[in-house]
Amino acid sequence: MADILDQAWELSPSVALRPEPFGALAYHFGNRRLTFLKRRELVEVVQGLGGAPDARTALERAGVPAAQWGAYARALRGLADADMIRQRDTTGEAP
Amino acid sequence: MTDTTAEANGAVGSASGSLIETFERGLDAPICLTWELTYACNLSCVHCLSSSGRRDPRELTTEKCEAVIDELQAMQVFYVNIGGGEPTVRPDFWHLLEYAVDHHVGVKFSTNGVRIDPARARYLASTDYVDVQVSLDGATAEVNDRVRGPGSFDTAMRALDNLAAAGFRDAKLSVVVTRHNVPQLDEFKRIADEHGATLRLTRLRPSGRGADVWDDLHPTPAQQRELYDWLVRAGENVLTGDSFFHLAGFGGKLPGLNMCGAGRVVCLIDPVGDVYACPFAIHDAFRAGNVLTDGGFARVWRTSELFARLRAPQDGGACASCRFYDACRGGCMAAKFFTGLPLDGPDPECVQGHGEPALADPRRTVPAPGRDHSHRTAPRKRRSPGPVPVRIGRRPEPAAPPASPCQESPLAGFTATEMTSPETAER
Ligand code: SF4
Ligand code: SF4
Repeated sequence: MADILDQAWELSPSVALRPEPFGALAYHFGNRRLTFLKRRELVEVVQGLGGAPDARTALERAGVPAAQWGAYARALRGLADADMIRQRDTTGEAP
Repeated sequence: MTDTTAEANGAVGSASGSLIETFERGLDAPICLTWELTYACNLSCVHCLSSSGRRDPRELTTEKCEAVIDELQAMQVFYVNIGGGEPTVRPDFWHLLEYAVDHHVGVKFSTNGVRIDPARARYLASTDYVDVQVSLDGATAEVNDRVRGPGSFDTAMRALDNLAAAGFRDAKLSVVVTRHNVPQLDEFKRIADEHGATLRLTRLRPSGRGADVWDDLHPTPAQQRELYDWLVRAGENVLTGDSFFHLAGFGGKLPGLNMCGAGRVVCLIDPVGDVYACPFAIHDAFRAGNVLTDGGFARVWRTSELFARLRAPQDGGACASCRFYDACRGGCMAAKFFTGLPLDGPDPECVQGHGEPALADPRRTVPAPGRDHSHRTAPRKRRSPGPVPVRIGRRPEPAAPPASPCQESPLAGFTATEMTSPETAER
């Protein structure tokens, strides 16, 4: 499987994020799943995905130390499986 | 808290500890809430939790309802469970449904099916943001109509047929479990499967008119066991609104988040705008305020003294020493309250058998009913203990709910996928 960190992602269009003191709640209107993002850093990463050329850049921008990237990659994979985040089509985007 | 998507998620049970703690302190906004749009209903189900029948002349106008939806949108309440009464008999129901969807507030509504004709079913099938829950309390007309009234079985089945024919995916068939329908659980499942629907079983609570019939209708101790075993076999293919966590003492937690969400993550807005801790707790003792006279819903949610009390840390009271307390949490606050049991003691259906002696205690005083909007066709029957002694003096103060949850709590419509930390996300 390609490394999720090398790919471009974004929050799914059917998902709403609601900030909470512990992080955020994410709700998917299509599959009606509710997900708890229990770290503020993860929330920041997820919010930054859409504006970053790849997930790794979103991690860097959120200040996540490289030692934790593996764990974050797994978290993002879990979110992708639930369709909370979606891979972005980057054709036409400025390099 | 798992309803609609529970099947997709196995992490809730194991990871719910810290989540429950977070929830017990309350959130800035409810995760989802129940909103009863009207007390009017074409039926007169004997166990109606809101004693519905007649419209209340003070019911919120269309404009006020829109204002509530605006507020829910601003608070980012993802989802509202609309009920009643029969919500679809409100002339502006379909308008409000569209208004909510247009404002990114998802809707799940409960109906007896009376207005779900083929055209409405097609409209409902065309939108992602709406979920429909059809109520049926018997798998045969005989058992159902005894509780829900003549003709109600056919009405519900017609609605399910129309939804299926229109291509509506995954409607919910919602059943309140009673002494008469426990033997029909497999039948219900078959009806749901045949309609491409998901079965949802919930607990009968002695709320509203349910107080009058609870003694005769609630499952026997042997049936509780049968129900528990059936639920364990069904696993996450059957939704429960997490309403059976009081059965955990039979063996282990059922799927879902086990805690009472009243006033913490869920609540009720009634047709006149009163806010209650839970849809099963329509009584002054659990009234937090009113959206019209107390500065709006957000303000009531955030500043109500009642809710602050419900969110304060609780101890287990008489249940604290029970070895099942962690999963059962003393059961349902509303069930205890409306049977006159102490809120910090065992549930009336405690699987350890502590309910029966508590119910037999001569000092037990059943609270006078809250609002009653029943049709005035026949005098209301009271349950066996005879006339309800009215207690003069201070209203009972609700103790904190059991620190357990429940999806009657509107939460029951959610899949809780917990991500405690990135390290645990792959579970
Ligand atoms: S357990 Fe709590 S939230 Fe659930 S019905 Fe009882 S009082 Fe309401
Ligand atoms: S004693 Fe209390 S905690 Fe134990 S099973 Fe009974 S209601 Fe639940």
